[in-house]
Amino acid sequence: MPAVSKGDGMRGLAVFISDIRNCKSKEAEIKRINKELANIRSKFKGDKALDGYSKKKYVCKLLFIFLLGHDIDFGHMEAVNLLSSNKYTEKQIGYLFISVLVNSNSELIRLINNAIKNDLSSRNPTFMCLALHCIANVGSREMAEAFAGEIPRILVAGDTMDSVKQSAALCLLRLYKTSPDLVLMGEWTSRVVHLLNDQHMGVVTAAISLITCLSQKNPDEFKTCVSLAVSRLSRIVSSASTDLQDYTYYFVPAPWLSCKLLRLLQCYPPPEDGAVKGRLVECLETILNKAQEPPKSKKVQHSNAKNAILFEAISLIIHYDSEPNLLVRACNQLGQFLQHRETNLRYLALESMCTLASSEFSHEAVKTHIETVINALKTERDVSVRQRAADLLYAMCDRSNAKQIVAEMLSYLETADYSIREEMVLKVAILAEKYAVDYSWYVDTILNLIRIAGDYVSEEVWYRVIQIVINRDDVQGYAAKTVFEALQAPACHENMVKVGGYILGEFGNLIAGDPRSSPLVQFNLLHSKFHLCSVPTRALLLSAYIKFINLFPETKSTIQEVLRSDSQIRNSDVELQQRAVEYLKLSSIASTDVLATVLEEMPPFPERESSILAKLKKKKGPGAVSVNELEEGKREGGELNGGGERGGDSSRSGALSLLSLLSPSQHPPSSQCLMLHSRAPRMVALRRSHCSSVDLHGFTCLFE
Amino acid sequence: MQFMLLFSRQGKLRLQKWYVPLSDKEKKKITRELVQTVLARKPKMCSFLEWRDLKIVYKRYASLYFCCAIEDQDNELITLEIIHRYVELLDKYFGSVCELDIIFNFEKAYFILDEFLLGGEAQETSKKNVLKAIEQADLLQEVSTEVYYHHCKATAIGVHHRVFGLSL
Repeated sequence: MPAVSKGDGMRGLAVFISDIRNCKSKEAEIKRINKELANIRSKFKGDKALDGYSKKKYVCKLLFIFLLGHDIDFGHMEAVNLLSSNKYTEKQIGYLFISVLVNSNSELIRLINNAIKNDLSSRNPTFMCLALHCIANVGSREMAEAFAGEIPRILVAGDTMDSVKQSAALCLLRLYKTSPDLVLMGEWTSRVVHLLNDQHMGVVTAAISLITCLSQKNPDEFKTCVSLAVSRLSRIVSSASTDLQDYTYYFVPAPWLSCKLLRLLQCYPPPEDGAVKGRLVECLETILNKAQEPPKSKKVQHSNAKNAILFEAISLIIHYDSEPNLLVRACNQLGQFLQHRETNLRYLALESMCTLASSEFSHEAVKTHIETVINALKTERDVSVRQRAADLLYAMCDRSNAKQIVAEMLSYLETADYSIREEMVLKVAILAEKYAVDYSWYVDTILNLIRIAGDYVSEEVWYRVIQIVINRDDVQGYAAKTVFEALQAPACHENMVKVGGYILGEFGNLIAGDPRSSPLVQFNLLHSKFHLCSVPTRALLLSAYIKFINLFPETKSTIQEVLRSDSQIRNSDVELQQRAVEYLKLSSIASTDVLATVLEEMPPFPERESSILAKLKKKKGPGAVSVNELEEGKREGGELNGGGERGGDSSRSGALSLLSLLSPSQHPPSSQCLMLHSRAPRMVALRRSHCSSVDLHGFTCLFE
Repeated sequence: MQFMLLFSRQGKLRLQKWYVPLSDKEKKKITRELVQTVLARKPKMCSFLEWRDLKIVYKRYASLYFCCAIEDQDNELITLEIIHRYVELLDKYFGSVCELDIIFNFEKAYFILDEFLLGGEAQETSKKNVLKAIEQADLLQEVSTEVYYHHCKATAIGVHHRVFGLSL
């Protein structure tokens, strides 16, 4: 049961809360609330000045109503009045109200800041803390302007009480986060660093959060904190469980402080000073050793605290990336956790190993766990754990295990959560491309992706497969054959039709010899999907059809018949109609030479940074590609450009890439289409389309 | 830490502490979505999940879910223990705390939280010191009548909310 006399009871408030809880419906609740609001409003407006207790009670009621989810548009003035009460509870409620219902009225702000100022200079530590808490909770720019100068002084003044220092440190942190330009470095900065040596552990705990944040923005200014942090950490790690008294948590000495110290150290490279570095390495080894010792307590709090320090230490080891011994030990420790009974630890181990996987020292060690990770992917019941396993597979993928990993990821994709499919698709596409030795495997993989998760295959992915097929002579026939087979499936995804339409349009001739994939068969196959597709796909198919006319003159009449039909030349969509009309005309008036020139096979694309990598990076998950990988992708991408660029194309502008990340909606629809005018135009066929639109028909005509 | 939410199994919000500036509308949206996501989790699942670009750490104590949103580089396990420490503080203060205590003394729950965490960071990790600070503040209050809410608690409608069952 609760202890008695927790200060004043505020009976009225308790009754009100009870009433609300007793309301049997939402309407009843709203009615009761409105009744109370009316009551409070009248009391606030009333002639009789309210005493402090009543004011506090009503302000508290308003706060309660607000926290229930209803809007409150009055009471701020009364709350501000409470701030100047000399009764602590009244002040407290006043501060709570204004911290929760932040108001941007400038008059109120002025009054609030005044009250805060008074409390800050009151020399009463409890009042000072109240004021500091309020500033930390609100953290507005106006408060920063008013107090950003004062708080550092309070923080480092010799006569400030410990509890006030703690609040001041975190208050300053909040102000720095929201208005960094108003917190100026000064004399206080070196003294703040020395708070790391304070004998009061609470002060150190609070100060270190501030120092960590400041170090990230001003590393040089605060670099003396590194050796102090190492000493502190060393003392904690080597202390017996009774040394730190109340800062020991379930037999773990100062876990919060230890984690914060390890976090601070991650803001800096490994210490240059040999002694400091030695001490730190010793610390890390001790932490790793302790993980192997039998636990001092069966309670989960003990193991969580201990492991929290362990994981942070591993983060630091990974961040340094310079001690092979420690890295391998970290990897082994994580490997143990991968099979732990506790789901939390398996989750964290998978997450942590992702970062380890990118270090050259530990990459091989991470790979040894591949079977465990694959097993996790298949058998973990918790989807968040499965997702971490998928991320880790992606991170540990290299030439030696790519086929295995891609196969596992594809099979996982078949049953994966919809929310993660797009990211998985991007990752599989990247891996398939990056580690493809045999490009028919790559083509198969992408087509599988479309088959399994067609909706989530973004344009970057299927543009890329087409680009690669165009650039590599050796896989063109295979691609045509595979895509032809894939299209036979009764319900194939629209993206498959797009890819199929394009590839058959370019390379259908490579399989036309076989009677099962003769030109007419190919055409009929494509056309059977025509009416099921969206406009952009149909536009693409129309382009494929005109290419067929060029490739297979025997199909000319059949295709012209289709183009001539009302549903094409009178199609309500302008693009489709225009294409149908123009292609029809082109096919009838152009001589075979002209047609062959205009519809010449696409030349290889120049190599560009893979947009897929960039798109994945934008998704920003853990396991997302680091900038280094992007660079690597750029370099490796050079391998793909099989044929060298066929020359003479003045239109190839570096700026606009077909595979640029700009969404198609940012470009005008392919307006650079054939434009037939009644007078005979002098056509200058360009080899590359200037717009990143869905359609890859790839040529533009300019009329001079 | 970006924010901390306490909510019941029916999705009723009992405490909301925001450590980043957000509009009321955004807060409501986040609360709605996150509460739904967490309540959909099954009991044996792990205590962490990814949500938008944040990491969510949550734990259920009796009828209340304690849910914290931390940033990518923050430590999940230590956040779990922050939650536990907060529950310990409430438990010590109220004596075997249960959900009703937090409902009827919501302002106290905020005050205690502010002594422990400030600006989203741990301010004081000694249980003794935090409780001492709160007791000192309580002493400053006017001594008054017995807490009326005892009575309200006894007559309140609804399921008996079990205590959090901390054996400390």
